Amino acid sequence: MEAAFAILIGMFFTVAVYLLMSRQLVRVLLGIAILGNAVNLLIFTSGRLLREVPPVIPEALQVPEGTIANPLPQALILTAIVISFSFFAFLLVLSFRAYQELGTDNTVEMRVAEPTGETAPPQGY
Amino acid sequence: MSITGPEATFAAVLAPFAAAAIAPFATRLLGANAAWPLAVVPAAIFLFFAGLVPDVAGGASFTPAVDWVPAYGVSFSFYVDGLSTLFALLISGIGTFIILYAGGYLKGHPHQGRFFSFLFLFMGAMLGLVLGNDLITLFIFWELTSITSFLLIGFDHLRAASRRAALQALVVTGGGGLLLLAGFLMIIALTGVTDMATLLAGGDILREQALYPLVLLLVLGGAFTKSAQFPFHFWLPNAMEAPTPVSAFLHSATMVKAGVYLLMRMHPVLGDTAMWTTILPIFGGITLLVGTLLAVRQTDLKLMLAYTTVASLGLLVMLTGTSWEKAIEGAVLYLLAHSLFKGALFMVAGTIDHEAGTRDVTKLGGLRGAMPITFAAACLAALSMSGLPPFVGFIAKEYLYAGTWGATGAHQAVTAVALIGNALMLVIAAAVALKPFLGPKVETPKHAHEGPVLLFAGPVALSLAGLAAAVMAHATGVYFISPVVSSVLGTATEVEVHLIPGYIGAALILSMVTVALGIVLYLKLDALRAAMARTLAAIGWGPDKGFDQVIAGIVSFSGSFTRLVQGGRMDVYMTLTFLVTALALLVPLTLTGNWPSAVPMPDFRFYEWGILAIAASGLFAVLVAKTRLTAIVSLGIQGFAVAVIFMLFGAPDLSFTQFMVETLSVVILALVMTRLNLRPSDHRPMLPRIVQGTIALGVGVGLAGLLMRITELSFDRSLSDFFEAYSRTIAHGRNIVNVILVDFRGFDTFGEIAVVMLAGLCVLALIRVRPKHAREEALDRAAGDEALQKSGEARL
Repeated sequence: MEAAFAILIGMFFTVAVYLLMSRQLVRVLLGIAILGNAVNLLIFTSGRLLREVPPVIPEALQVPEGTIANPLPQALILTAIVISFSFFAFLLVLSFRAYQELGTDNTVEMRVAEPTGETAPPQGY
Repeated sequence: MSITGPEATFAAVLAPFAAAAIAPFATRLLGANAAWPLAVVPAAIFLFFAGLVPDVAGGASFTPAVDWVPAYGVSFSFYVDGLSTLFALLISGIGTFIILYAGGYLKGHPHQGRFFSFLFLFMGAMLGLVLGNDLITLFIFWELTSITSFLLIGFDHLRAASRRAALQALVVTGGGGLLLLAGFLMIIALTGVTDMATLLAGGDILREQALYPLVLLLVLGGAFTKSAQFPFHFWLPNAMEAPTPVSAFLHSATMVKAGVYLLMRMHPVLGDTAMWTTILPIFGGITLLVGTLLAVRQTDLKLMLAYTTVASLGLLVMLTGTSWEKAIEGAVLYLLAHSLFKGALFMVAGTIDHEAGTRDVTKLGGLRGAMPITFAAACLAALSMSGLPPFVGFIAKEYLYAGTWGATGAHQAVTAVALIGNALMLVIAAAVALKPFLGPKVETPKHAHEGPVLLFAGPVALSLAGLAAAVMAHATGVYFISPVVSSVLGTATEVEVHLIPGYIGAALILSMVTVALGIVLYLKLDALRAAMARTLAAIGWGPDKGFDQVIAGIVSFSGSFTRLVQGGRMDVYMTLTFLVTALALLVPLTLTGNWPSAVPMPDFRFYEWGILAIAASGLFAVLVAKTRLTAIVSLGIQGFAVAVIFMLFGAPDLSFTQFMVETLSVVILALVMTRLNLRPSDHRPMLPRIVQGTIALGVGVGLAGLLMRITELSFDRSLSDFFEAYSRTIAHGRNIVNVILVDFRGFDTFGEIAVVMLAGLCVLALIRVRPKHAREEALDRAAGDEALQKSGEARL
């Protein structure tokens, strides 16, 4: 079961990385959104998979009965989902504002911080 | 830690640092007169070490220590013996008068307090250097002296020449310091000994190592750069850009002697080998000759003195390098003499500069009437420098001739080099001490008169000390020279020091030859200077120019290298990053043979296959989408598929969150994207697509393989078991995931909320910054209003 998941996760990473290498900000953003899912699934699967047994203790018991789904990766992922969402929202607005200011969504044309044809560093003391 | 006895060494070393903190405030309160109370600090340190002298002269040594980084065997420890005590006395004694002198020299300077601070910082660092026992302690103080020297040379930081000199000194001495660190670390690695005292007691512990030549070269790298040995001598004359108190203190009496100190200190364990007695005399001898010849070339008083300092350091290295007992006695005597007369002469040069407005020897003359006290001090110091009786410089010269005379083979050159060097030294001494004061009165830029007591106290005291040390030759020998020579040789040695030579021997005859040669050369000084100028012009290149070339080369290389690797293209950065990521995943998996063995056919139910297929098709659709709306919807498909996967595999909490977040993402993305006229489809040419596709596939395959391999291995559930066992019993919650988030890992969640809040604030800030065109319009409007207002005012 985990092996099939691993292949799916490999596909997630492939697509995310391919999009991240694009010159277009929109595609980079799509890549970031997919990358978040890829990482979450990676954590989820490496904590081993188990069907339909949520990590909840029944009302009558002090400890869960039998094997349940691994709660630890779930706790980590819950944090990760929220953080990656806020990160994504921030990048989205940043790209939007960059487009408004610079008039382009092509990263090759965004050269304010690192302009082309920079002069050599000054000599002397 | 008591305040008396050897334990108080800690207090003595740390006191200057405390004084450095106080100095700016004291100067703000008292102005230049702050020098008087501040000078009490080094004076007290001097008295403390003077109190240790009888014990040390009796052969005792102390090693006070406290643990510093015990995990690495580093301690904060000091070694008080004959050698370190003499140096500590010189540093604190001369330091006292330097502080006074700095008070007069920089009177009214807006940054005088800062200057005092730097001087005290240096004093503390230098004391720590000469007293350091633990090798790491010693190294740290060694580098501290380089840094404080940088600050002091660059004190007048508005002038480019100062900045250049400061940087040059830092690069040369700091670079040498790194060699020294490597040498010390090798010593520690080879012998396991981390402190000087144990090392010195170890006898042949280093000489018998196969790597001894490398250790010696590394230590020499540190010592030669610090003590300005040829070809690293060029930084020292340039350091004369510093205010004169610095030149007198650091660059003649103390810091530049650190290299000589190190050689003397380590002589018992590193010295007396064929390599030692070859390298040191050669480099020392060349430095002595080059230094004196270049000194003759100069007309600036400070530069003349600076080059003779280079020469004197060469002489000391040469004598230490012979490893002969008598020569080392001469070296120790010369070390004492040089610190006293050179410190005094530098202060004299500074006073002349301060009072007459120039230190160019060709523009000075006839100052004896205007500055009688300075003239007297200059004469006393110059007599010592010339090696004439009854001064300690004379005794030193007698001993070094006695020590070097009678050598065989190539070492006969030592005496010849010393003789030429000493004769030229006499020429410079006479030029510095006589030329500005004698002869007809020359008009100087400022009307010259005697400086205040702050200015002449130092030269007078130091030159008189040179006289006193010679007159009380026996005491000097017993209390200072014998203990130091014992330290340098590593065995207890009695040195009988006499002012009056016991018999007419080779040494006395050589002395007379030196003086005669010196007088002849002094009379021919102008011709000699012109000849040197012609020679240097013919050579046309020196290490000083080479330094500029190296620095320029480094700057232009780093410039072009930065442009190469930081091209400013995000897609290139990303491609390189993921190329490295792919290699970092694939190469170890292949090399260690950790690829997963066999992929078992998963026992999925049909709807599970279905959701996996939906996720995969969503991904594919994002890639190939022709319009932005298709891309956004496809993004939503894979996101919701992930949410369903969480649901099916026992994670309902995750599923709900994922649904919410994915919905929000798609909605926001759709809102933003519809405002932009953007094409979501890929417009990359074919070749980059293939290259980047391969890299992306590499990352994907690597991570998939890694994950498969991980899930093949056994699983450690102990943490999960802990949470399952205690989430109800301790934390009273049934939903274990929630309990982990809000209870066991509550602070993590707190941090997460902070991140979300920060991201929200950033989003808000970004939105509220007005777009550029809006800003420009607003500015235009404001400018228009202002113009209107002005024209309105004009009309009124």
